Amino acid sequence: MLKVKTPKNRRVQRELEKRAPRLVEKGKKTLLLQGTKTSNVLNTVLSEIYHLKRDNAIRYTRKNDSIRPFESGGETSLEFFSMKTDCSIICVSKAVRQLEFGSTSKKRPDNLVIGRTYDHHIYDLIEVGVENFKRMDSFTYDKKLAPQAGSKPFIVFSGEAFESVDELKHLKEVLLELLRGEVVDNLNLAGLGRVYVCTAISSNRVFLTHCALRLKKSGTTVPRIELVEIGPSMDFVVRRHRLPNESLRKDAMKTAKDKTHKKIKNVSKDALQGKLGKIYVPDQKLGEMVLPNKSKGVKRERREAKKKNSTNEPASKKQKEDS
Amino acid sequence: MDTQDEYQVDLGNLMAFDPFHHFTSMPSSREELVADCLSKGTELVQSIVSGIFNLPSTEDIDGPLVKLPPPTTKLPREKPLPKPKPPTRWEEFAKAKGIRNRKKDKVVWDEQTGSWKRRYGYDRVNDDADIPIIEAKMTDEPGVDPFAKRIAERKERVQKQQKNQLQNLKTAAKAGALPSHVQLAATALPITGTQAAKKKFTKDELGNVAGLASTATASGGKFDKKLRGEKPVKNQGKHRKFLPVVEGSGIGSQEKEQTERVLSKLISSNSHEILNVDKAVTMYNVNKERKRRNQYGKPSSTRNEHGKSSSTWNEHGKSSSTPSKLKPNNKPMKAKSLPNKGKGSFSNKGKGSFSDKGKGGFSDKGKGSFSKKGKAK
Repeated sequence: MLKVKTPKNRRVQRELEKRAPRLVEKGKKTLLLQGTKTSNVLNTVLSEIYHLKRDNAIRYTRKNDSIRPFESGGETSLEFFSMKTDCSIICVSKAVRQLEFGSTSKKRPDNLVIGRTYDHHIYDLIEVGVENFKRMDSFTYDKKLAPQAGSKPFIVFSGEAFESVDELKHLKEVLLELLRGEVVDNLNLAGLGRVYVCTAISSNRVFLTHCALRLKKSGTTVPRIELVEIGPSMDFVVRRHRLPNESLRKDAMKTAKDKTHKKIKNVSKDALQGKLGKIYVPDQKLGEMVLPNKSKGVKRERREAKKKNSTNEPASKKQKEDS
Repeated sequence: MDTQDEYQVDLGNLMAFDPFHHFTSMPSSREELVADCLSKGTELVQSIVSGIFNLPSTEDIDGPLVKLPPPTTKLPREKPLPKPKPPTRWEEFAKAKGIRNRKKDKVVWDEQTGSWKRRYGYDRVNDDADIPIIEAKMTDEPGVDPFAKRIAERKERVQKQQKNQLQNLKTAAKAGALPSHVQLAATALPITGTQAAKKKFTKDELGNVAGLASTATASGGKFDKKLRGEKPVKNQGKHRKFLPVVEGSGIGSQEKEQTERVLSKLISSNSHEILNVDKAVTMYNVNKERKRRNQYGKPSSTRNEHGKSSSTWNEHGKSSSTPSKLKPNNKPMKAKSLPNKGKGSFSNKGKGSFSDKGKGGFSDKGKGSFSKKGKAK
């Protein structure tokens, strides 16, 4: 037997409705958390990303031993967190401890795993090493330029590696989704104030920085732009990445059919003849058409009597036919 | 407009991408690199900004508002597309029959009360509670309460509707289009398929539980307020009771007795371990040997000696606190003393028994017979 379970109060119902799949989505929430090992640099990176995305991000501050995104079985608790918080972009910090190789010590840098989920299952993953990190505090600039929290940022990518190298192509997509913020229809031009600048330095290294905008008068409606670096800035070195399964990707790329464009029937365009229309004429039913009874075989008196009757009685009927 | 062609601009995401940019010579220092990147970034941002500021805008209190075009960069969805809800049984039927929904007024004129009332819900028209009189018809069965019948019918209708709703939800769940706030939860195992009837508590069970609950205080319910006429609780459950440890006259001695009882029980059940079997066997053997030697050497003095020895055995057995220690030693004693006693007993018994039996038997029969004979003589 089955029983219908519904939320006990309206608040829970609203929350559930928010989590329901929708035709047109409004950006993804981000979950920032620490993996098995973490370093001071990575913690700062995560907290600064959280600071920049405060409006739709969740930050966990405990160590999570069971999270190993690239290993099989290590993603279960990650998927659980994604389900719990309803987040679809996940950043896991993962510092690898210093490894000793003979006499020389080689330091493996701080890794940040950025992943996306589809239907609360891991969709793709990319692991980047963070280098040359400069935190927000280390930049000095005119505080008047400081952008408003939650404002929609510009994102700028440059470098041919973003198109030629697979890893960077992947990273570009992930970064775009991580940084772009909420998808909006209407934009307030007065609220624009910040840019993320991503530049591919080499085939596996990306320089990312966060800048404020200074709008200057240019004499036209379009202002002249100047960039002021406000941080944080860092280098991403791509290490491992896992692309989505092809069938999953196909499923995830589906979009809602645009209902605004209604298909116009029976109208086609021709280069020579221009706009063409098709007209369907309904069946005339000529066989069923009533003809005026003027048969000549009937005697004149009867014919006239019939005519007289028909004009008298079905006058109203005729009118109906006319209308 | 040159820049627009050169760069890929996605106004919906406020994103621009220059796919042709590359460093001709790698900058020597970090500062130069950053400066290079920023100058390139400025160009790209300028191209986006020129795109946005050329869009038609509307003035708002906060500033000019621009309607952004939808994003052109294809990004994966967060969750799968919602599936269309399958039509309910009624919707299918209505479609087949061409029945269309017509709007009904929310309020209806109630003739009984002479006022406007809701069609459904609280204080509705034709509410069961509002009907004072139901006119009898010829078809009515005698002995049926029409009011109760009306309520029962309504309940039946409601149940039927609930059943239909569940059916429709099941088909929706199968299509994966269950409303987000609804869950279908199993109330019984799918194997059995039947819902176990809720257990009704009997009066006794309730009484027992009440009894247990009433004693669930620190004082065991001693100081709880009793209601007037409240009967003593039935089943209070088991509570451990501790006897006073300090010795006294009444209950004080009970504690000692209790522990002693337990101790003696323990010791008696394990007493077979106190007996040293090896020692007993050697003692028996030694005694037997000694006796044998004595019999062969001094037959006259055996009795005395033996009697002494037996008495020492007995004394030894009595002096030991456990009577069980005697048991295994008694047996050899018996076996030893048998030949001594046996003579006497045999002689006694043999004499006595023979004489008695012979006397009695003969005397009874003989007497009677003799006397009779004698008398007859």
